[in-house]
Amino acid sequence: MADGVKPRIKAPKSAKAGEAIVLKTLISHNMESGQRKNKDGSVIPRSIINRFTCEFNGKSVIDIKMEAAISTNPYFEFEAVVPESGELLFTWYDDDGSVYTDKKAIAVS
Amino acid sequence: LTVLPFRVNAAADDAIAAFTGGAAMADAGVTLTAPEIAENGNTVPVSVSAEGATAILLLAAGNPTPGVATFNFGELAGAHSASTRIRLAGTQDVVAIAKMADGSFAKASSTVKVTIGGCGG
Repeated sequence: MADGVKPRIKAPKSAKAGEAIVLKTLISHNMESGQRKNKDGSVIPRSIINRFTCEFNGKSVIDIKMEAAISTNPYFEFEAVVPESGELLFTWYDDDGSVYTDKKAIAVS
Repeated sequence: LTVLPFRVNAAADDAIAAFTGGAAMADAGVTLTAPEIAENGNTVPVSVSAEGATAILLLAAGNPTPGVATFNFGELAGAHSASTRIRLAGTQDVVAIAKMADGSFAKASSTVKVTIGGCGG
């Protein structure tokens, strides 16, 4: 499922150095589990996003390995500590090889 | 359609063994927050948290494939916690296992009652 995939991210625009900030991400995706059957009774092949990572200025915040039990439109909420101003890079890796990315800049005071 | 009993299957034990390498698990140190009753198994909100953890493995022992997710925390992780939404095929135990920075493991589990299953079929 390469079309209609849209990442959405909620992150603060500014933060204090060393403060934990809450990040919320959601990406629209079917996350076909590979368990369902179509009308003919044949199994619909698995097609999910299998990995999600968040980095800040090249340093890892979180790296999540996802399996079929993650819901449709995978949602994650987690925290990060940002030492300086920079950019958060969010990356999703699809089973079909597609990679979706999004960025959010944060100003640290 | 046949309804299989949802129980801890061998695949879940294998996944735990692969993650811990067979090491003993403490009962404290990891918090798993899941609802007692989920009306819809397609999207069950779950949170895990473990102070000082480097990784947390989340399993749904009663699903056809027990793996849910593995959270690996990087150097800039804030609180070692994460929330997501998962699919549950039926009433079952959800298990979280945290790998601590010192190499030890901690485990928590929570039973979720599901009224509508979330794995198709």
